[in-house]
Amino acid sequence: MVKINGRDENAAGMTIEEYLKKTDYDPKRIAVERNGEIVPKATYNNVTLCDGDSVEIVSFVGGG
Amino acid sequence: MIPTKEELFNSLAARHGVSLQKKLSETTIAVCGLGGLGSNVAISLARSGIGRLLLIDFDKVDLSNINRQQYSISQLGMMKTEAMKDNIKCFAPYCETEGYNVKLNEENCISLLREAEIICECFDNPECKAMLVNTVTENYPDKYIVSASGMSGLHSPNKIQTRKITKRLYICGDGESDVSVDGTLFAPRVMLCAAHQATTVLRILAGEFSE
Repeated sequence: MVKINGRDENAAGMTIEEYLKKTDYDPKRIAVERNGEIVPKATYNNVTLCDGDSVEIVSFVGGG
Repeated sequence: MIPTKEELFNSLAARHGVSLQKKLSETTIAVCGLGGLGSNVAISLARSGIGRLLLIDFDKVDLSNINRQQYSISQLGMMKTEAMKDNIKCFAPYCETEGYNVKLNEENCISLLREAEIICECFDNPECKAMLVNTVTENYPDKYIVSASGMSGLHSPNKIQTRKITKRLYICGDGESDVSVDGTLFAPRVMLCAAHQATTVLRILAGEFSE
């Protein structure tokens, strides 16, 4: 199980890109934190989520 | 009479403590975007005695800004960088301010932000916010970035908070209120979010987040 934004999800074995494709996140508006580090965008297609990973997807909203 | 640099430093040090004031006065902070968030962040940091501020915005002061941004009517049409430098001079005459009239992107932000110890992301566009956070964390893993997301409308002020995402990334705001849905931003709620950002900068410099 991978904890994503606080919820356990069956995402182990998927790359971040594969996981994101299943969601409604707009890739241009997000930052992805995995186990305390921000994942570089260029590596979304080869970073594979592992059992026990903790992930937070920050989706920015407009206004400032 | 304008107080001397030493008088002003001593006055701040008497309130904030000498060692913290020395640290603040030796620090360079970048404020990226000088709108509702950035104009308030810059003013709070300058008042606190930050030594050097890099003020970055490509825009001019517009009538539509006056509801929440720290500019006066007489500054309409001025570059925000110039207007903010003038405003800061009124209460922090020895704060070194550098204005950059540019739109930050993945390329130019790397050189422009090189000297900043902490970077405040104060944009309004969510894609620009994400770009800056991703570019800074990737290229400058040792720099702190204090970002903001979600401060529009008149939702409860108690929803605005500061979250530590990584050791170097903090995000202030409610995380969800989107100006494209709420339609507008109100001065106090934007100021509240900016106050979270500025306080987080000071807390980082004061060592409140020791690892």
